[in-house]
Amino acid sequence: MIKKHDDLIVETLARLLTPFIQAFALYVLFLGHYSPGGGFQGGVLVAASFILLIIAFDLEKTTERFSEKFNVICNGGGVFIYAGIGVLCILLGGNLLDYSVLSKILPVGPEEARALGILGVEIGVEITVAACLVSIFIDLASKGENLGGS
Amino acid sequence: MRKFLGFLVTMATAALLIYSTPEMPNWGDPNSPASTHVSPRYIEKADTETHTPNIVTAVLADYRSYDTMGEAMVVFVAAIGCIMLLRRRQHK
Repeated sequence: MIKKHDDLIVETLARLLTPFIQAFALYVLFLGHYSPGGGFQGGVLVAASFILLIIAFDLEKTTERFSEKFNVICNGGGVFIYAGIGVLCILLGGNLLDYSVLSKILPVGPEEARALGILGVEIGVEITVAACLVSIFIDLASKGENLGGS
Repeated sequence: MRKFLGFLVTMATAALLIYSTPEMPNWGDPNSPASTHVSPRYIEKADTETHTPNIVTAVLADYRSYDTMGEAMVVFVAAIGCIMLLRRRQHK
């Protein structure tokens, strides 16, 4: 169990760095269309920001902000977004994960619809990877004890 | 005896793999099967078909999207396994 330890420098730095890490994670996610990046890398960055908070503060204070219940919802929600986009493509008359048919419900052409479909599944991957890594870290760091919030 | 047998099998497999290595195409060989079927099509058509300049992302999340869905599910199943094995709930 990671206990609270009063260290002003560490806590202030962690508090200052967290929003920048998360903004950079979104930057990496949206940059995936143009350079190395994407859902897996961005998700790891989001998870790293939460793990930094857990290490700098303590477990309870971080799980107040990012509760285990919401964490589990995010775990499955990302995969649900990914698979949901795939099934939506089937419902619109295409193959599984054939994003070009998304142009029927989006005001763009088939090529832009494919680019947006890539972005959608990357967002799903990002949510899943971030929530799963934080979940595994919480379980290992707390020895599986109940932290409340679920 | 069993250790010796395992050593023999390992050596035989290694010899087989090393024997077949010279038959592999060279790195970047334009006539190798890997670079004559799908690679040129991706390189030529990925930008116009998906409007994604990064071909790696286009292949990862569009042409091979089913594979990436499996990867996301592997991460998800790993987290679910950790939750089921490690997390102890207090039943009220």
